[in-house]
Amino acid sequence: MQHVSPVREPLVTGGKTYHDVTQDICRQVEAKPNIRWMAALSVALFFLGVFLYSVYRTLWYGIGEWGLNKTVGWAWDITNFVWWVGIGHAGTLISAVLLLFRQKWRSSINRAAEAMTIFAVICAAMFPVLHMGRPWLAYWVFPLQNTFGSLWVNFNSPLLWDVFAISTYFTVSLVFWYTGLVPDFATIRDRAKGPIAKVAYSLLSFGWKGSAKHWSRYETVSLILAGVSTPLVLSVHTIVSMDFATSVVPGWHTTIFPPYFVAGAIFSGFAMVLTLMLITRVVFKLEDYITLEHIALMNKIMMVTGSIVGVAYITEFFIAWYSQVEFEQYAFINRATGPYWWAYWSMMTCNVISPQLVWIRRIRYSIPATFVLSIIVNIGMWFERFVIIVTSLHRDYLPSSWVMFSPSIIDIGIYVGTLGLFFTLFLLFAKFFPVVNMAEVKTILKYTVDNGPTYTGNHGHHDQAHQPATHGVPASAPVNYDKHE
Amino acid sequence: MQDSPKYWKGIEELENSPEFTKNAFSEFGDFLPMKEAHGSSDASVAPRRDFLKLMGFGIAAATLASCETPIRKAIPYLNKPEEVDPGIANFYASTYFNGSDYNSILVKTREGRPIKLEGNPESPITRGGLSARAQAAVLNLYDKGRLQHFTIKGNKADKDKVDQEIRAKLASATGRIAIVSPTIISPSTKKVIAEFAARYPNTEHVMYDANSQSALLRANGGVLPAYDFSKADIIVSLGADFLGTWISPVEYAPQYITNRKVSSEKKSMSRHYQFETMLTLTGSNADVRVPIKPSEMGSTTLALYNEIVGGGSGNASKEVKKVATELKAARGRSLVVSGSNDVAIQTLVAAINQSLGNVGASVDLTSPSLVRQGDDARLLRLVNDMNAGSVGAVIFYNANPAYDHPLAEKVKSGIAKVPVSISLNDRLDETGALCYYACPDHNFLESWNDFEPKRGYLSLSQPAISPLFATRQAQDSLLVWAGNPKSYYNYLRDSWRGVLTGDFQKAWDKAVHDGVAVGTLSPATQAQLAPAMSVDQAVSAVSSAPKVNGVELCLYEKVGIGSGSCEANNPWLQELPDPVTKATWGNYVAVPRDMAVTNKWEQNDVLRVSVNGAKPIELPVLIQPGQAKGTVSIAIGYGREKAGRVGDKVGANAYPLAVVRDNSLVYSNVVTLEKTDATSPIAQTQTHHTIMDRKSVVQEATLAQYIKNPKEVTEYETISTPDGPQKPNKVSLWQDYEYKNHHWGMAIDLNSCIGCGSCVIGCQVENNVAVVGKQEVINRREMHWLRIDRYYSSDAHKEDFEEKGKLSTYEAMEHPSENPSVIFQPMMCQHCNHAPCETVCPVLATTHSSEGLNQMTYNRCVGTRYCANNCPYKVRRFNWFSYYSNEKFEDVNSHMFTDLGRMVLNPDVTVRARGVMEKCSFCVQRIQLAKLEAKKEKRRPKDGEVVTACAQSCPTQAITFGDLRDPETRVAQIWRREDGERAFKVIDSINTQPNITYLTKIRNRDKSEFNA
Repeated sequence: MQHVSPVREPLVTGGKTYHDVTQDICRQVEAKPNIRWMAALSVALFFLGVFLYSVYRTLWYGIGEWGLNKTVGWAWDITNFVWWVGIGHAGTLISAVLLLFRQKWRSSINRAAEAMTIFAVICAAMFPVLHMGRPWLAYWVFPLQNTFGSLWVNFNSPLLWDVFAISTYFTVSLVFWYTGLVPDFATIRDRAKGPIAKVAYSLLSFGWKGSAKHWSRYETVSLILAGVSTPLVLSVHTIVSMDFATSVVPGWHTTIFPPYFVAGAIFSGFAMVLTLMLITRVVFKLEDYITLEHIALMNKIMMVTGSIVGVAYITEFFIAWYSQVEFEQYAFINRATGPYWWAYWSMMTCNVISPQLVWIRRIRYSIPATFVLSIIVNIGMWFERFVIIVTSLHRDYLPSSWVMFSPSIIDIGIYVGTLGLFFTLFLLFAKFFPVVNMAEVKTILKYTVDNGPTYTGNHGHHDQAHQPATHGVPASAPVNYDKHE
Repeated sequence: MQDSPKYWKGIEELENSPEFTKNAFSEFGDFLPMKEAHGSSDASVAPRRDFLKLMGFGIAAATLASCETPIRKAIPYLNKPEEVDPGIANFYASTYFNGSDYNSILVKTREGRPIKLEGNPESPITRGGLSARAQAAVLNLYDKGRLQHFTIKGNKADKDKVDQEIRAKLASATGRIAIVSPTIISPSTKKVIAEFAARYPNTEHVMYDANSQSALLRANGGVLPAYDFSKADIIVSLGADFLGTWISPVEYAPQYITNRKVSSEKKSMSRHYQFETMLTLTGSNADVRVPIKPSEMGSTTLALYNEIVGGGSGNASKEVKKVATELKAARGRSLVVSGSNDVAIQTLVAAINQSLGNVGASVDLTSPSLVRQGDDARLLRLVNDMNAGSVGAVIFYNANPAYDHPLAEKVKSGIAKVPVSISLNDRLDETGALCYYACPDHNFLESWNDFEPKRGYLSLSQPAISPLFATRQAQDSLLVWAGNPKSYYNYLRDSWRGVLTGDFQKAWDKAVHDGVAVGTLSPATQAQLAPAMSVDQAVSAVSSAPKVNGVELCLYEKVGIGSGSCEANNPWLQELPDPVTKATWGNYVAVPRDMAVTNKWEQNDVLRVSVNGAKPIELPVLIQPGQAKGTVSIAIGYGREKAGRVGDKVGANAYPLAVVRDNSLVYSNVVTLEKTDATSPIAQTQTHHTIMDRKSVVQEATLAQYIKNPKEVTEYETISTPDGPQKPNKVSLWQDYEYKNHHWGMAIDLNSCIGCGSCVIGCQVENNVAVVGKQEVINRREMHWLRIDRYYSSDAHKEDFEEKGKLSTYEAMEHPSENPSVIFQPMMCQHCNHAPCETVCPVLATTHSSEGLNQMTYNRCVGTRYCANNCPYKVRRFNWFSYYSNEKFEDVNSHMFTDLGRMVLNPDVTVRARGVMEKCSFCVQRIQLAKLEAKKEKRRPKDGEVVTACAQSCPTQAITFGDLRDPETRVAQIWRREDGERAFKVIDSINTQPNITYLTKIRNRDKSEFNA
């Protein structure tokens, strides 16, 4: 008796050869920008303009341009910060954790996911700086040796931990992403025709030659960076959550925050990855690389993390009741039934109820449904942070200071503006950088003789495309799965 | 022999041509023949090089010209005045009286600039207390809206020319000459006026008060009885807001509180009943408050009179019967006062006090108060005479009847008919702008003057600064016009010769130094024009009063703005939250909740308020708990047209809604209210009004409970530990600080705090706190370091959780009771020993001092606002804008914009930059000063030397500050004495360990409505 493993579904469909992979991915980089990309970029640039204007108002006149007040000292700024950091998490998770777990399916999405991480962290990093009353002194939060005497930073402050967490996270993510890009830049460099492209891509590829030694080092570095990044997935949002958890504000002062925030971050990150992937795959015709299977897998992760988050929401209420602390209890009653009830229930609907639809197979595999779901989750996760920050602050200990918060036009401008910044960066990335990791995707092409990858492919024979692709040198020996039967 | 070889530098030298020889000796070659080479017949064309030179020079010059050397305006003294040392403040005793409340003050000057007013502890009348209005009055000195020179028809004019014309015109004036002023309590000024009247015999001095007490004067033979609330065990106020606005609150508040303070040694306090229409500051402090309509005031007074004097007619209400019984039980130890301007009511009140034997005890008629002398009838007669054309000249001396009188329109038309109209007002206000001549008076801080607020008690004011503008003291103007060459200072000094005993110079110096003296100078007060009333007439007048139908309006004065004269253009006062409504910047229609519900009015909906015969005004709705059913209230003092850039068009003018009845101004009326489509947000600093049953925030108990066991009136929270329940500070992760030298602390007695707001302004002046204006208050960004939280009681309580469910109970708790109990709680930085703000600042901008202060380092602050979020007391204030340079704040915060205004800033306190956090510092600059002074004398600071601005300004001494390390200080004694009894820390359970302790409020009533 023997066990026969089922045949795995191919991770890349459409019978791509190695050459096809190079062609498909490099086409975006080498071709003239298409009209859809141009249109998308102009929209993104418009919102980037909104961002710049709002930032100008903030820097020139002060934080008073926002809707904050004496009681609610943080609102959209930190909501957006946490939201963007959370979004970034999926990229790291996909590239690092899934690499360590040898999840091969990650190969076709990790590049874009990592890019998303970096751009999301850039957007996130805007807020800790912009929300400062005197952002030109932002460097004071670094433990710099200085000429100001014995001044030093406060290692008790979670904001300082944030500084370290975010800067480490950004640096590691950037290095990891860039390392993965090097072989692909080399590929583009070798194919480049224009003089600028030649110079630019040779600089970017750091003299990559593709030798065995290079590949060996590449693998090692990737593994090390994956190892370094993995704790970061947990630590960054843990530390962000401590901004709240270590305070005395009822509704913030909660020990459940670290795991709850990490789960929330992965949840929202996957939602954002899905949103972006679904668009990229259509715009750049990458349906064969980002398959329905990918989408279904990511949907499952979203559902699981969404459920964790849902449990956390309920736990908070339980603990508030169990603690018998008056202020804590009121904070949660107020959260669900007070003046911001609509924000709470939007959050619950978007984050807890809607991901459960993924149990239905048809929804899991449906592109439009997934797209809508991913947007809903992103909205829900934004509301989660808003609920935590604003509804906790607006009614804390002394009823005399209870207030309402409403955003100003500049608050809104900065938020949609960071979306503009994000998409500008993402679109530039999608145009000038390879959006799919060519080198790694080539390692997961399906091994068959009939339809397997070859080194030369069957290009130039497109008129014979109906014929089985038997030309060229096979990438491996033919495998007969049935031979032991 | 061969010559040494000769070398040539070139072929030219060998040839040695004449041209070469010539060039060899000229170091610089000829200029290139540029102009010739590119010759132009046009001589005006500059050669290229010249052009470049010129351009280069031009750019350099323009650049240099734009780099202006900064101008430093600090000019050193050429001859240093003997008393002035840079950096050291001088205090001068003086007096503030603006026609309403009298305050004996000390003027704090720095380098010759008055920067703060403080209460004069020498004064037997105000005893070191100071009203919010007086605190803020220093800013009036630097008001840009003041008229800075004499004018004729609004145009700048020469002083001498004006004098000449006026003297000529007065001499030839046909008909009466009238001097119109608010109450004048200055004996010398009155003498000046008398001298003026002697020179122009037709002169009449007309005094009137914008918020008139004419009836009280009529009922008491032309004087105001001097009240002593400390001598009363039962206090009954019939609509008199004696702690807020009525006659002399700064005098009454400490008297009132004397008999309200409790301690384990003195477990007794007075009982205070208040019958009133709108919830006033006094009503908020009352033990029992009965809301009644203005029209019921007469019948209530009559019922009380009948119960006490007449033996009871039987139809009195339950409350009146109870009050009468208690009053009768406390004969000679009680006091009844009324704020009504109805002579019949005041006659009955006088009779009640007489019958209760209070005259001679709590009511003193022998040394009466003089701070109200206005005569409604006299002004009415003048207005009619002016319109009839029988007045030859009118002089307005700090009087603005074109604004603050119900008959303002008739006043305006009257002035137009008077041939000579002169304004001595300090600005071209509504009245001044109509006058032909304007001879602006000095500010009181630039003037010499004397005062007699109470017969037998004198007070002086002295200039603390040279006149800022080309103004002249009004008394000097009158003397000049009367032909007396003496200066007012000499005149004043001479008139004091009779009253000071012993060596005059010595006595005078002492009087100037102390600011107060004993003696009397005032002539007998002018009798009221309208006759007094007998008690029988009063009884029949009240009982025959017509019944009133419809919504009744009650006009009232605000604690900050008063009658709207010099206060209106004062941004500090405009932004001072009303003690009860917590509204700033403007007035509104206060309506009871049921009226709003019936008519479907929401807060901020604009109503059109109209009375018969007056132009309607439009004001937003404010839902006011405690407002008597079927009534609304509107504050006077708003809607100025010509007050200045701050006060103009703030709110609406409610004076025209008052009526003249029986020669008296009546501040109530029947109105019709009509909703408009507009809404106008009211800028309130507090928008949630109930305590939500949070006992750990503010605590209250009844006197009966306190007498029974003082250890049970305060509830202390405990934390469960394995060793049983523990005090929160026993369960701590943090190490405690060790205070080796000083440990500054504060005690706030909620029983003594009446909520008047004097400390709020005192703090604002001391600490250069910015004014932010109406919109920013609406945005909830006021900057006050010290605020007074006001909580209303609610009908719902935690006990209802079981029965009605948590959600609906919490919802119900948000609504105040219909006639709520009120509690005031001054709230500022608690200087926690375990401060939540200190741990979260990433840059260590807020840290703990070795003396227990939570200190804020503005320089280091980057403005993350994390500290403010983490502050459980929400006392931190963020500089959202650059309040001293952002043009949005130029009007409201002008004292930080102009050189004139900046003179008021306290040089010891930084003006905070945009983007930094600020908060109460426990007046660290005062602590440092006192420590240094003590150090110079090689001793420790004594108790009372270190006083924060709030503690200093509190008229009732509710705030005590000092060193907790020294067991002898008052604050240490209070902490010790009240520990376990009334002392509690706000939200103790989170273990912030504040350095401020509050003392539980004790109410003399059957049941506490807070924390039921």
